[in-house]
Amino acid sequence: MVKVKFFAVLKGLVGKEEISLEIKEGTSLNQLIEQLKADLPPLVDIMQKGGILISVNQEVLEKDAIIQDGDEIAFLPPFAGG
Amino acid sequence: MDQDRIRVQTEDFSIEEETKKLLACSKRIGGVVNFLGTARDFSKGQEIHKIDFDHYPGMAEKRLAEIREQALKDYDIIEVTIIHRVGEISIGENIVLIVVGAEHRKDAFRACSWCIDELKRITPIWKKETTPDGIVWVEEHP
Repeated sequence: MVKVKFFAVLKGLVGKEEISLEIKEGTSLNQLIEQLKADLPPLVDIMQKGGILISVNQEVLEKDAIIQDGDEIAFLPPFAGG
Repeated sequence: MDQDRIRVQTEDFSIEEETKKLLACSKRIGGVVNFLGTARDFSKGQEIHKIDFDHYPGMAEKRLAEIREQALKDYDIIEVTIIHRVGEISIGENIVLIVVGAEHRKDAFRACSWCIDELKRITPIWKKETTPDGIVWVEEHP
């Protein structure tokens, strides 16, 4: 089971702040994104638009990274602090 | 001590208090540069009524701590404090404070400028502006 979090504008677009889902061993972030797109259709447009970073356990990783049971994944829209 | 130097909080901060605290850490400090970011009422041709900041708890603090550590390594400075407010912020209120203490002003200015640029680049904090036309999530960091 992994936890997936959505922040800021994504929270509203996806309609959820956090979800939990089962993953198969060896799942990559890319595969997780595809799995999520099926359940959360707004993600298709969001990911196509670009500019979204994805973190695993609070570290931004490339989309070919392999995730593990218990990981916390977050979809991060462009930052705008300061 | 370091935890106090890096904060993400809803409540306001005192520039004077933070400057005093930083000065108290070393008598070698000969110059302090402060950057204060405040909420303005106009952006991209639109009136702004209020601003809300969202953040990724834990990761935002981690990024600010990394910025502080990197600044202490790369610049000839003595101490850095970085505070960012989150939640609802009214026009004119404080948003972000960076306090840099160094022996000499040039290093303090350079480090302070680098810290705010880096904060905007890598810290998971997001800004939502309420305008007369509705709510807009800001997607760039000028």
